[in-house]
Amino acid sequence: MDVQTWTYLLVGITFALYIGIAIWSRAGSTKDFYVAGGGVSPLANGMATAADWMSAASFISMAGIIAFAGYDGSVYLMGWTGGYVLLALLLAPYLRKFGKFTVPDFIGDRYYSKTARIVAVICALIVSFTYVAGQMRGVGVVFSRFLEVDINTGVIIGMIIVLFYAVLGGMKGITYTQVAQYCVLIFAFMVPAIFISIQMTGNPIPQLGMGSTLNDGSGTYLLDKLDGLSTELGFAEYTEGKKSITDVFAITLALMVGTAGLPHVIVRFFTVKRVKDARKSAGLALLLIAILYTTAPAVSVFAKTNLLTTVSNEPYAEMPVWFKNWETTGLLTYKDKNNDGLIQYVADTSKNELTIDNDIMVLANPEIAKLPAWVIALVAAGGLAAALSTAAGLLLVISSSVSHDLIKKVFRPNISDKGELWAARISATVAVVIAGYFGINPPGFVAAVVALAFGLAAASFFPAIVLGIFYKKMNKEGAIAGMVVGIVAMLFYMLKFKFDMFGGGTADDWWFGISPEGFGTVAMILNFIVAITIMKFTPDPPEHVQEIVEDIRIPSGAGEASGH
Amino acid sequence: MSEKQKHASAYWKENVRYLFILLFIWFAVSYGAGILFKDALDTIQLSGFKLGFWFAQQGAIYVFVILIFVYIKLMNKLDKKYGFNE
Repeated sequence: MDVQTWTYLLVGITFALYIGIAIWSRAGSTKDFYVAGGGVSPLANGMATAADWMSAASFISMAGIIAFAGYDGSVYLMGWTGGYVLLALLLAPYLRKFGKFTVPDFIGDRYYSKTARIVAVICALIVSFTYVAGQMRGVGVVFSRFLEVDINTGVIIGMIIVLFYAVLGGMKGITYTQVAQYCVLIFAFMVPAIFISIQMTGNPIPQLGMGSTLNDGSGTYLLDKLDGLSTELGFAEYTEGKKSITDVFAITLALMVGTAGLPHVIVRFFTVKRVKDARKSAGLALLLIAILYTTAPAVSVFAKTNLLTTVSNEPYAEMPVWFKNWETTGLLTYKDKNNDGLIQYVADTSKNELTIDNDIMVLANPEIAKLPAWVIALVAAGGLAAALSTAAGLLLVISSSVSHDLIKKVFRPNISDKGELWAARISATVAVVIAGYFGINPPGFVAAVVALAFGLAAASFFPAIVLGIFYKKMNKEGAIAGMVVGIVAMLFYMLKFKFDMFGGGTADDWWFGISPEGFGTVAMILNFIVAITIMKFTPDPPEHVQEIVEDIRIPSGAGEASGH
Repeated sequence: MSEKQKHASAYWKENVRYLFILLFIWFAVSYGAGILFKDALDTIQLSGFKLGFWFAQQGAIYVFVILIFVYIKLMNKLDKKYGFNE
């Protein structure tokens, strides 16, 4: 069977599986819809969290970004895993004890204020929408390359699938499809990595293969070889970075804190029974995520080495089929500047003849390594699983923000459970359509904004939640001012340096040499300072709120998550 | 302060102490070994890896996983000690 047939087969089977699960796990109440009934086991929740968390960016883009950034790519590896330590230690157990449905629920109740709740809803919507648009785009890219349908048709197929199980099943449907999606995506990521690791180093464990000697009998370490190849072509050494230490530090911290503050990840911890289970599922989630995150840098090294040895100074006419295939998608381009028929891939942009999009490294990797057709098809199914699972999680946050936090808690407190469930379903549908629109007509800034969604989460939610738990005297005035200043500072910096507003500026004008991706760290610190300063000059929170804080610090008696 | 409150605040104090220790390690392996002291550690070779690079792309992640499981163990024990387990 050829790649095309295999892809149709594997994608078809996995999609049928997701739909089957959705029908089996329909939501009957708002509690099912928001927190899957509150009885999810720690292992299932860990797997669902891992799939929820690992998006198209983790599966498709990350290894490619690292392949081209070398050491600098470490910011994503540490940033997107280290956040779970913060989540497990500082947030998840207490939020579970608090026992409500959404992040704005916590902010609204802890800070005894509708304004605080609305500010939190706005932050949640900004973060989630920017993130979800990128996922739909990822679905489109996979469809167009592997099933050779138009990108737009791909996005629409993806929309229909997500719509089906998110709208029907809510959190319950999403949780159990995510469990299946985790299995698909981790299998799809590991199989080619193991194949290639054996091929290049003889070691079946990619994490170790990355540090092994090459299989060609030369006795050279793989990383040394890659460092050598890179410097030969004028690039920086792979194991060295180009970014400043300050910037690497700031970006890593912004990503970690942003991870801990992402509403679609936090809500997953509302679905388990006890505080103890919340801790355990955070640990399991990180373990399951770490399998992919420690393999990804190995894949980057394998793919980059393979790529350089395949294309560098080789005749264009003799390039393998994958090269031509990706050329037609426009994600890989070749321009023979010196008309010698060879491919010069060098750091000097005036002489470089090859441009390669980050995103194709993982998808093309099995082809570059000449792996069997079914492995290539598996990668397509894995990419789709990663994109769909994250999109569904984000859509749930969007729909619950609207139906629960706005309609139920602010505008129509008397709405019945059934009415609220319908409101949730309708807002999920509207959210899918908007996300699909952005997937089909990506505003040029989607890719840029996805990375910044973390900065926004770091600048807004993280300080408000941490202070809410660890600082009993924190009051609504402080928290609201902190969130507003944090998110406005982050938006300002992002618009100034990414979109050329407010006078624009180049890397030389960055404050403290920190890039917009790392500015979430500065905005978060601002949030903390503003919140604490304002608090000192305003009244203490009321007695019953201080009692809530004391109560969430004790794990027993968590009861079940409730909307009241 | 009632007996119950004293009990709860003793529990909280121990919890916060664990958090400080664990987060210190969290900081040391990532921001310390992987970023601030990366160049110094890179002079040490661990089979094919330079040590600082290894921490940034592998080691820190392994330690993160271990940290959370140590935390789970410590807290389960603490819950039992104070009778907050269920």
